[in-house]
Order: sequence, then structure tokens, then C-alpha cells
Amino acid sequence: MSDVTLPEGATVTPDSRKSIWTPRSIALGLLPLVLLAGVLALIVATDGGFGERTAPPIEELSVQRVTLPEPNVIELNVINDGPDPITISQVLVDDAYWQFELDGGRTLGRLESTTITIPYPWVQDEAHAIAIVSETGVVFDAEVAVATESPRTDTGTAARFALIGFYVGVIPVALGLLWYPFLRRLGGGGMRFILALTVGLLVFLSIDMFLEAQEVALTVPHSLEGPLLVPAVALLAFLLLMTVSSRAVTAARRGLSIAYQIALGIGLHNLGEGLAIGAAFALGEVALGVFLVIGFTLHNVTEGVGIAAPMLADRPALSHFVWLTLLAGGPAILGVWIGGFIYSPLWTTIFLAIGIGAIAQVVVEVGRLLARSAERQDIPSLNWTTLGGVTAGIAIMYATALIVAS
Amino acid sequence: MAGWTRFSRRDLLRVGATGAALAGSAGALSLLAPDAGRASTAAPEPHPGHPRATNHEHDGESHGLSMTIGEVGADAIGIDPTAYLTTFDYGTVSTLPNGQTLREYDIIAFDREIEIAPGVFFPAWTYNGQVPGPTIRCNEGDRLRLHFTNAGTHPHTIHYHGIHSAFMDGVTGIGRGQIEVGEIFTYEFDAAPYGCHLYHCHSQPLKRHIHKGLYGAFIINPDPAKHGALARERHPDHMESEKWQEFVMMMNAFDTTFDGENEVYAINSIAFEYMRHPIRVERDRPVRIYLINVTEFDPINSFHLHANFFNYYDHGTTLEPTLRTVDTIMQCQAQRGILEMSFAGFEPGQYMFHAHQTEFVELGWMSVFEVVE
Repeated sequence: MSDVTLPEGATVTPDSRKSIWTPRSIALGLLPLVLLAGVLALIVATDGGFGERTAPPIEELSVQRVTLPEPNVIELNVINDGPDPITISQVLVDDAYWQFELDGGRTLGRLESTTITIPYPWVQDEAHAIAIVSETGVVFDAEVAVATESPRTDTGTAARFALIGFYVGVIPVALGLLWYPFLRRLGGGGMRFILALTVGLLVFLSIDMFLEAQEVALTVPHSLEGPLLVPAVALLAFLLLMTVSSRAVTAARRGLSIAYQIALGIGLHNLGEGLAIGAAFALGEVALGVFLVIGFTLHNVTEGVGIAAPMLADRPALSHFVWLTLLAGGPAILGVWIGGFIYSPLWTTIFLAIGIGAIAQVVVEVGRLLARSAERQDIPSLNWTTLGGVTAGIAIMYATALIVAS
Repeated sequence: MAGWTRFSRRDLLRVGATGAALAGSAGALSLLAPDAGRASTAAPEPHPGHPRATNHEHDGESHGLSMTIGEVGADAIGIDPTAYLTTFDYGTVSTLPNGQTLREYDIIAFDREIEIAPGVFFPAWTYNGQVPGPTIRCNEGDRLRLHFTNAGTHPHTIHYHGIHSAFMDGVTGIGRGQIEVGEIFTYEFDAAPYGCHLYHCHSQPLKRHIHKGLYGAFIINPDPAKHGALARERHPDHMESEKWQEFVMMMNAFDTTFDGENEVYAINSIAFEYMRHPIRVERDRPVRIYLINVTEFDPINSFHLHANFFNYYDHGTTLEPTLRTVDTIMQCQAQRGILEMSFAGFEPGQYMFHAHQTEFVELGWMSVFEVVE
């Protein structure tokens, strides 16, 4: 349907033939904008007919980060999340008014942020509640769930973080890929089972990521519409990857190329996991939970199987396995660094949303592989083998997630 | 081990996301990076021309970090907070045909924003624009005419704690009842019994009308002709009263978020005001405090004096103490009393007093006497 030919004798309407860069068409294009500007000016000039505003200002303050950079210091990064300016007047720690300093002025404009430094003798491993009191007496809460000194940005900490990322990201993916020779010995049915299992794993992961992204999104400043960003960014990421991957690939390269796509999607997922671990590590909670790291590691072994599945028909060079491992597992290290040192709910939301889009695209690709394989053997693409595979994939993820959730 | 087992993958993210103690220096990845250049501004700035002297040797810093920062404006509560302690309104005085002293007062209720902590404003309902309202003081047996104008936005009353007719009780639905917006009414009765009392609005909803700031102290001096020599100590017409240093303190609190819990506790409305500006006391003259509890939402409030003890006269309706040699007393809402203490012979310095609910202390109800020679 790409070649549209006009019926014999038909003429194109005159307007579509003209250049759009004539003064007349530019004027026509601008007319609605000019009118819009006029209407806005009228609304501003007349207060929209509402009369003078008498309601108190709408004060919103979003606490983006709470850190304990050293003993006796609590630091908060806050952002004015509302439509009106907000003035920070007092700060309470554990229901006591406390001295503090602001990094800049007391009054924050829309989306302006500041750092509040409180010289408070926080108590190791205990919780502290912080409240910020505005000019009108509105109170905004923040908490230190478990007080422990925030990791310093030094090489020692970075190395420890990298090790955690290595455990939860790189190692399990590599171990999963080691099943490759075994998987290759499977027949057509076995391969389809494994591909379907991969679909199951990925569907589970994308749902999991969506839920996580929605929770993080709730802490993004309201005006940035975090919960709406998740599906929007995921959809755009999905469409972009579909567009990029739809370019012609030789049949031999297709499996490997899908493997790389899966690795990318899983890499983004592991980045999100790394962010979460790093952020929690700052609380000292993950540091205690060696078992938690083990849980993530087990959970992520299945990801290696997912990457291996689409290239079972190929014989990729060994170096590809190394690259695939780094692509899928490496971002976990990056994630722990970012989560541990610099955390932003907004960027976490966006990373997770991109990951969802990436995984959804991979599900489509693996689905095509499955369908083609089934087609070759002249069996329906959805059969008991594939259904069993999908079920097994979801079941495995669910079971290993339990280890972490316990 | 219990710590991490409750921790799910999603919890990890949630913890990260709630801003709970996340690691990091200034957010390079943060879309909204804080302003560079750390111009530490201690907020809020002191108001120029503040009438009260700040004791620089003992400013907030030396009292520790557990305090509000900054200064309230000069007109924070409609009257200078230090002046409030010792301002007694004896009204416009005349003599009735029967020889009885008549005292007339004008009280206007209107809405006004007050500053209850530096930079924290509360939309109050006030008597004469101040919270607490003016301290009405008179002698036992005087005829009182209190001309009340409601210039507010809700119906109000004045309910005096004292002896009067039901009609004059200042309560919704009883006697004259609520004074509607724009109405004027004169409450009239004889001052009795002597003691430390209070007045407040008794409109409905009651909690809201009290908590918004409609209350004040009401002091009736005992008549020495009826009660003997001890009464002279409390009666300004007699020289025995001259040595006394008298202060009015209303223990109050403010719920700035309107959730039924107070964010600020104080005496006389402003958190930590008398920490920042200690109450000056001459060492060799005795101290008398008219203490009244109008704290809303909490069942009791209390008063604890450091390094000294006092005698307590519950309601101030006796001339003999109802409690002797105590350093802590408690009062339910509307309970009040007179505290008498002496610092004679004490080392000059700062003597703290505060609620002994430490929660209230840290939310503003903490003060000091500066005892000087």
C-alpha cells in the first residue's frame, strides 16, 4: 500500500500543491496562536472573571532527598512543588523546633529547590521525623527511616557499591548465559519452550517495573506528573526501539540482534534495581541484608536464560556473550552508584519507564521468533508448549521474587 | 534479621523514593539542581526596630539548638510580648450614684493574622486585635460594664469566669446568647469572686472559637476590707503590693494545620519568645504570676520552675496557698492560679521555667527569668 496512485483524471486539490512558506499560509498558520495569545491576555487582564483571589496560597513542598552527611547534621533537599511561592519559616525534628540553615533564600518560587541543613544530633539506627513549617503554618513531613551516615563519595564506597552491582547484575546474567550450550541441545519444541519461558519472564519483569515505577513516580514533584510519565515514556521507548529494530536484518543476525535488545531491556531493568539497592544501601539496610543481595542474584539468573534463548539457532562468537553480559548486568553497578550517591525520583521513574518500553519491545520480538519457529514446523504458535513456557517463566519470577519479598 | 526480611524489592524503591535518608551530595542527576553557591541564610531575618532588647549574651544559640530561628515582628500578637506580661487594663473609671466604682471596657472582636513563631502566621480571631486579649483587672465588688462589639466574621460572645447572671453568661443559646457580626452588647455584673480568672468566647463550635485566640486574663483584686491584711499584698491601692513583680502568663497553643494537634505551644502566644527575650526580675522583690491555661486539644498543661520553689493559689480565690513549696503544678483547660516565689539571696542569672510536658517545651513553651540584683 506504499504506492498510492491517483485514479485516472483525478486532480490534487490546489491547496496541497502550494508551498506552505508563502506569507499567506504562514499567516493562516499563526492566526490561531495570535488569537490564543489574545484570549490569554484577556483572562489575565480580567482575572478570568473570578475577581481578586482571596483564597490562601496553595503551598506544596516536596522532599526529594534526606541525607545524613556527617554526625550531627541532617540535610534535606526540597522543591516547591506547588503553583505559588512558599516560604520556609521553621523546621521541627522529632517534634522539636530546631535551628537550621538554608542554601539560599527562605522563599522558593515554583519548582525552585533548596537544601536545608539541620545541626541535629541524630541517633544511629533510630528513626527521626522532620517537619518543615511554612509561613501559613502548613507542615511538610520527611523522615529518616534508619539513621546512619550517608555513604561518602569516595573510591572505597564506589568499589563496594560496584561489587554489589556486580553480584546482583553481572554474575547472574553470566551464569544464566552459561546454560547456552545446554539449551542448544534442545530440539525445536524445547527451544520454543525456552523462548516462551523468556516471554513469561519478561512479561513479569515489565509488570513489576511498571508497579515500581508508579510508586517512585508518586514522589516525583506533582507538577511533573510522574505517574503519567511512566506509560508515556514507556510507550515512546517501545515505539523508538520498534522503529530502530525494524530495519532489515539478515536472518542469521536476527537472533543475536534480539538477544542484544533483550540485554538492553534487562540492563535498564537492572539499572532500576541497582538504583533501589543503592538508595536503600544509603540507609544501611541493605548493608545488613546479605540475604537480600542473594535474593536479587537468584532472581536475576533467569535473565541470562532470556538473553540466550533467541540466539539458540545461531553460533555467536564468545565475545558476544561478554558484551551481552555487560550490557544486561553492568547497568546494575551504575544503578547502585547513582542510587547510593545521587538519587532523583524523577530520573528513576524515567529509567524504569524506558526499561518497560524496552522489555515490551523485546517481548514482541521474541514472540515473532516463536511464531516463525512454529510456522516452520507447521504448528499453531500458541500451543501447550508455549503456554507451559510462559507459565513457567512467570512462575519462576514469582517464586524468586518471594525470596526478596519474604 | 527482622530488619531486612520485611524489605521487598518494591520497598527498596519506596524507601528510596520517600526521600528517606538517601545518600548523596548535591544531585548532579537531579533535574532541579539546587542553586550553586552556598549563601547560608539563617531565616528569618530579625525585624529592624524591634522594641525589646535582646539579651545578646544569652541569645538563642547559647540556649542550644532546639529552638525556632529568627525574630517575630514587632506587632506579632497585637501587643509587645514583654509589655503584655505587665499590662493591666483597669478600664474607664467612674462612680455610680450608690458609691460603687464603675469600670467600663471596650472590647472589639475582629479577625487578624498573628505571628506565633518567627515567620509562621496564624489566622486568629482576636479581642482588640491581640492574642491573648487585654488583661481586664478590677477590684472585688466593682461594677463592670464590658461593651462588646463583634466586628469579626462569625458570631462571638464573651464568657467571663466569675459570678454573674445567666443572662450575662455569654454562651450560645443562653441569655443574650451569641452576638452576631455587627452587633454590640454590654455585659454587666459585679466583680466576684476575687482571684485569677479568664474570659473567652463561648460560641459554637467552641473548640474552634477558643483555639482561634478569643481569650484573655480577668483578674479581680481581693478587698482588704473584707479579707484582711493579706489581701493588701494583691491590691494595688495598698503599698504592701508595691514590692511585687506581677506577670500575666496564658499557656496557649496553636494548631496551624487544623488537624486537632498543636504545632506551637507558648505562654502568651509566641514560641520561645521569653527564651529569646528573658523576663527581667529584680532579685530582692517577690514574683507573682497569674497563670492561666487555655491550651486547646491537650487535656493538661503545666508549669515547672527551675532551681526554686513557689506557693500556689488555685484559682487565686484564697489568700492562703492551696499548695506550698512546689516547683511543678498542672492545670486543665481554663484552670488557673497564682504562683508566688522569691529569688531573694539567689545568685543572679537565668532561671528557666517551662511546661513539664517536654513535648510542649520543644514546641515552644520554654522561658527564662533573668534574675538581676
